Formats: sequence, C-alpha cells, structure tokens
Amino acid sequence: MAIKGRVWKFGDDINTDEIIPARYLITTDPKELAKHVMEDADPEFPKKVQPGDIIVAGKNFGCGSSREHAPLAIKGAGIAAIIAESFARIFYRNAINLGMIVIESPEIAKETDEGDILEIDIEKGIVKNLTKGKEYKIKPLPEDLKKIQEAGGLMEYAKAKLEGK
Amino acid sequence: MGMTLTEKIIAAHAGKKYVEPGELVGVKVDLAIANDITAPLAIKQLEKYGIDKVHDPDKIALVMDHFFPPKDILSAQQIKISRDFAKKMGIKNYFEGQDSGVMHTILPEKGFIAPGDLVIGADSHTCTYGALGAFSTGVGSTDLAYIWATGETWLKVPETMKFTFYGKPQRWVGGKDFVLTVIGEIGVDGALYRAMEYHGEAIKELDVENRLTITNMAIEAGGKNAIMEADEKVLEWLKGRIKKEPVIHKADPDAKYCCEYEFDASKIEPVVAAPNLPSNVKPVTEVAGKPINQVFIGSCTNGRMSDLRIAAHILKGRKVHPDVRCIVIPASDRVYKQAMHEGILEILADAGCLISTSTCGPCLGGHMGILAEGEVCVSTSNRNFTGRMGHPNSEVYLAGPAVAAASAVLGRIAHPDEVVGTKAEALV
Repeated sequence: MAIKGRVWKFGDDINTDEIIPARYLITTDPKELAKHVMEDADPEFPKKVQPGDIIVAGKNFGCGSSREHAPLAIKGAGIAAIIAESFARIFYRNAINLGMIVIESPEIAKETDEGDILEIDIEKGIVKNLTKGKEYKIKPLPEDLKKIQEAGGLMEYAKAKLEGK
Repeated sequence: MGMTLTEKIIAAHAGKKYVEPGELVGVKVDLAIANDITAPLAIKQLEKYGIDKVHDPDKIALVMDHFFPPKDILSAQQIKISRDFAKKMGIKNYFEGQDSGVMHTILPEKGFIAPGDLVIGADSHTCTYGALGAFSTGVGSTDLAYIWATGETWLKVPETMKFTFYGKPQRWVGGKDFVLTVIGEIGVDGALYRAMEYHGEAIKELDVENRLTITNMAIEAGGKNAIMEADEKVLEWLKGRIKKEPVIHKADPDAKYCCEYEFDASKIEPVVAAPNLPSNVKPVTEVAGKPINQVFIGSCTNGRMSDLRIAAHILKGRKVHPDVRCIVIPASDRVYKQAMHEGILEILADAGCLISTSTCGPCLGGHMGILAEGEVCVSTSNRNFTGRMGHPNSEVYLAGPAVAAASAVLGRIAHPDEVVGTKAEALV
C-alpha cells in the first residue's frame, strides 16, 4: 500500500534535542510528546504538521541522544515517513524498532522541496515525487531487519522468540 | 586477516572466531543499562507485550541521574516506575540517592565494566566505557527491552577508524581537547556507524579519567563506539573494583582500518566547540573575550576528580566573576566525597561556585542551571546543539575544565594562562 503525503524539509544534523527537547522528557506518551515535535528546529512545526505528512532532511538526521522519545514524538504527530540523506545510527534503530518508515536516500533528499507531494510504496521499493513528476527506486532493508519488520516490530519478534524457547 | 579491537570483542560475544565489517551478528550482552528517562519506556514495552521476567537481573543496571533528584512530579513518577520495576524483577543494581551519581561515572567507579566486556545502554554516552578496553554503545529503549528479555541483541560489525596521537601535549591540554580536535576534524557524522580506535604514546600518557573523556564523546562524531587497549594504567585503576578476570584484547598488527588519522598532540591548543555543533571547534584564543553568563563544570564527560582538581587549581584564592553563575556538579557521590576530603569543595565554594549534588542536570537542559534567551555558557559537557541547555537562542561553548574555570574567573571565554600566568604550574 502506498503512502501519500506533503513534505516538510529540514537541513543537516537535525538532532534529538531539536526533535524533542529534554525539558519534555518527563513523559513517554507519544501524543504529549507530539505537541512539541521539532519545536527547537521550527517552533511553529507542531501546529503546522498534519497526520500523513513526510519529513525530508539532510545528513545525520536524529543525531545526539538515544532518547526513543524522538522517533515517538514524530510517530505521535502522525508523520508517515522520514527520508534523509543519512540517519544517525541510534535514531535509525529506534525508528525501525517502532515500526516506522525511514528511508536513506541522498538523491530524494536533495531533489525534494518543502510542500512537494511524495508517494511511497515500500513493497515495490518506489518513491514518486508527484509535484515534480520524478520516480526513485529505494534499497530494501537487510534480511535480518526485514524479519523484525515482518514480525511487526522488535518486541513482537522478542515475544515470538521467547515463546519458541 | 587480523581484527581490530572492536571486531575481536564482538566476535567473542557472537561465539565466532572471526567477524568482518558489515556482517550482522547476534551477541550476548554482559550488561544492559538505562536511566530515569530511558528505563520507563523500556519497562512500558515489556509490559505491553506481557513479558514479566528479565533474562538475568544481575546483567542489568539502572541509574537515576538525568532528572535526579526529581525536579517535579512527572519526573518523580518516572523514577518511581524504574524503582518499582527493579524491585519486582530482583534487579539489585538500582542506584538512586546513595553512593550513586551520573551513570557513566558510577558504573566504571563501582567496577561494573571490565576489559573485554560488551555493554549496551539506553543512553548515547554508553560509549564511554571503551577507555577500559570494553565494547560499549548506545541504543534506544525498545532495543534495551529486547536485551533485558533475551540477554542478546544484534549488531552490525562496524568498520574501524584508527586515531593515533603522538607528541607531548601543551599546557592545559587534556582529553577534552584531544576529542574535540578529532570531532572538529571529521565532523559530527565523521564516524557514523563506525568504531573509533585510539592509539599512540600521547594516549598512553593520559590518565584513565582523561581517556574516559575521549571515548565518552564518540557519539558526538556519530560513532558507534570508541575503544582503547586496556594497558597497565587501566588494570591498576580497575584493581579492587572489578570482580571478574579482565579479558585483554589487542588489535592485530594486520587489522584492517577504513581510515587512519594522526595527530601531533604538541600542536593541539586548548580548544572550544562553538555553538551549535560539537564539530565547530576553534582554539580558545580565537574566541577569548566573549562575555559569558554561566559556567558548568560536571557531566559524564568532565565531572570526575581530575576535572575538579583542575578547576580548584585555577579558582583557588580567586573569585568567580560577578556576572557569572559557576555551577559545579561532581559526577558521582564518591567524587563529591573525595573532593570534600581534599578540600576542593571548600576552595570552589570560597571562590563563589554553586556546588550541587550529583546529576546530569544542566548538561541536557534538564534542571539546575537552565539558560535564558541570549545567555552564553561555557560547559565541560558534551553537546552544544540548539536549545541543549535552555532557550533555543542561548549559546553553549564546550570546553575542558581548565578553560571553563578560567572563563568563570574572567567573566568571558579565556585561556587558563590569562588567569594563572604562564609561569604557574598547569594541571591536566
């Protein structure tokens, strides 16, 4: 099934302090966290963002702390996918573990502008920029990560593994 | 083909003779740790999936440090969730309030990390332990919950970068200046997904605390881990702390590195990382003169005894500038007591420093010293991202303890020699 959404564009090295400032880490509720998502990068963002929107960013997205509250805040805001030139490794693991769609593609990140409409088909491995009339192929996840995704996330995978023992 | 230090430890924990970069392997975890921000999320995940037992409670440690002592009701609730979980699961290694402090200071101090260990933490600065010859890296809460449930995790074997430091460092130049110099050179994503292996006579000359400062900041270069060979200094430091036999790994002479960097330590000056990236590194002399409002000496990066001794050396018989609040937070209760015993707390208090109980506090803009709009702080911590220590328009300059203390005296960013003169003894 394809996802279609409007793009919000961010630059390089967007860090977890900008995604969800530490002052809000006193809760683990995604909806509460979403009220402050990306606030220190763009104070208006929590008001502007709509469920189904897509974040497109530069290099090293999600660098900094290991706080899973960062992907949770983005998930809580209903962001459908994140495409970046590259991701910081802890953020990337966290997002996969939470069953989010994260796509590493310097090409898409560079050629997409704010407000563009993207269509993402994970199964087919295709991203279309409907505004610009472009189409991109994306790399599938490594097999071992696919197993986690197919199980429905890391904890589902854990549960199946424990019960199998 | 030989292996790097990181490859050797991962192979040993994967039950394999040989691993190579890019390979995904399952590994057994010696210790899985979390704090008061990340533990509650991991606990929530276990509960959500009805997992009511942990694999091995003795391989878990929980340290309440970020919002400790609890700054408000919500943070108190998070700590309570963690404490109740520890009791329910029989986790003895739960630390809060007594003989505790900042996680990455107290766990090595108490002997929880031995050379050769594989440690995973739901805290990005878990990479600190590499200075003791261990593999350690940060993950999020769900990854950690999986480890608590199964005792294992998966890792992608990283490529290793080799950093060699030679030569005799200048006055006042310590581990913080070394690591900031590296980050300034390679950038905040320069070590993304990679291991950072440190070598060279200048590293060997450093004491264990200064080495811990270097490995602590691997994550600020995007690194998966940083690591050093455990030498005699490390084994001496660990004596009486660790309870098991250390497993000493050495990098093979024919180990494969993806890239190699060499630094002449004698050319490194005391440096700062200017706002808003840890890679925005400049010699302190280039920004000296910038007026400041706050100095923070503490954190898992530079809150140990050697750091407080340097601060006291510079602040002894002097006063903190009237325009500055200088907050000193010993990174563990043991450091606090030792500093009291050595008369350091008295020196700092006489100088006008504000001394707090151990906490991460202001490092992450949590509490105990938040910045207002436009305020400028010199901090011995590890990050200076937008809004890290307070208002999005506040500024953080990262530095070692000597530059921080000198800046506190002069009310502006300063080289330590501006305060003590070039003839006085310099500490590192």
